[in-house]
Amino acid sequence: MNKVVPNVGGALKGIKSGMTLMLGGFGLCGIPENAIKELVKMGVRDLTCISNNAGVDDYGLGLLLQGRQIKKMISSYVGENDEFERQMLSGELEVDLIPQGSLAERCRAGGAGIPAFFTPAGFGTEVAEGKEVRMFNNKPHILEHALTADFAIVKAWKGDTEGNLIYKATAMNFNPMMAMAGKITVAEVEELVPAGTLDPNFIHTPGIFVQRIFQGEVFEKRIEQRTVRTR
Amino acid sequence: MALDKIGIAKRIAQELRDGWYVNLGIGIPTLVANYVPEGLSVEFQSENGVLGMGPFPFDGEEDADLINAGKQTITVKSGAAFFDSATSFAMIRGKHVQLTVLGAMEVSENGDIANWKIPGKMVKGMGGAMDLVASAENIIVAMMHSNKAGESKLLKTCSLPLTGVACVKKIVTELAVLEIKNGSFHLLERAPGVSVEEIVAKTEGALVIPKSVPEMVL
Repeated sequence: MNKVVPNVGGALKGIKSGMTLMLGGFGLCGIPENAIKELVKMGVRDLTCISNNAGVDDYGLGLLLQGRQIKKMISSYVGENDEFERQMLSGELEVDLIPQGSLAERCRAGGAGIPAFFTPAGFGTEVAEGKEVRMFNNKPHILEHALTADFAIVKAWKGDTEGNLIYKATAMNFNPMMAMAGKITVAEVEELVPAGTLDPNFIHTPGIFVQRIFQGEVFEKRIEQRTVRTR
Repeated sequence: MALDKIGIAKRIAQELRDGWYVNLGIGIPTLVANYVPEGLSVEFQSENGVLGMGPFPFDGEEDADLINAGKQTITVKSGAAFFDSATSFAMIRGKHVQLTVLGAMEVSENGDIANWKIPGKMVKGMGGAMDLVASAENIIVAMMHSNKAGESKLLKTCSLPLTGVACVKKIVTELAVLEIKNGSFHLLERAPGVSVEEIVAKTEGALVIPKSVPEMVL
């Protein structure tokens, strides 16, 4: 089976309006930026997007929000995007905000065949509304269900033709769990190498979780908060 | 005189202990890393997936792939480690992180905290805050004693949507250090030159005041 697709268009083939997508990244770090631009071009609509953040107004998932392509966002933090806040407060956009650790674990569980789990995060808050509560070690926990997606789109630093992936620094974030939770997982990599090139000891995501892999054309890698010290 | 943000960070830094792993929230908490007492070895965890955070990079050396949870460019110290978000919150939920410092919009006298939403007005999301406050055994809130409208942020009950219940143990504001126990704020220290009366006037929730309240030593 050949997992390598020549371009982003081929990688995203089969994504249709109304589907649920997972998109890796934390803030603008480690987002599949080539795939997001392609989704804008494809014009698919009514998407449910599972992603920790929603980009900024003119980059990342913000681009899909601008075109009203997203029906529902499942995220933990959306604070840096004015258009998102406007659509959310006006009711145009459905939003499910969930604690970041629960989001990560729900993706992991989805990929790991665990349908649900109990966590203390969110007990006593509106996140717990309607959820089963159980005591473990004299402490209340709430039941959270696994998440899966029609397509998971992740971004890695290096990948090989078998779909094995290595992430760089904090650009790893949600990518490994989402790679596990997609019915079809698409990996956008900065550098695509032949199988056997990457040291098996240092693979983060084993190729079994990846169905399609392509090398992105352009990586802008925008920085959200450039913070430096003087020499 | 009331403390500035740096003063609050310096006072919180005195709470650090050797060998601790510490998670710092956005804003004043981030500043705590600059004032680690000499001789202490403390590692800073950022929930987006890094242990062993170092100072901000020099101009021109920023790496878009290396940020903290506040999305700021950072560097790492030697011996640092990167990991995915599920592993990161395993550290937090599994109580491997000894101290969490975060900001708040409101704290109640029983230790409830609200810091993620103002209904109809501001919705940023909770990020990792709910996971952090639900599991951390040692939570310090860094915040101003009053909001911009001059209303106390130390309340009988929080009016805003909660982030966590009965979890805050200590608060450091520009005026005071307070502990929360048995359903009350307990005044431990006051900022240099700040009177107990001022703290009483600006604290809405139940406040226990000992006979003598020492000034903070910074």
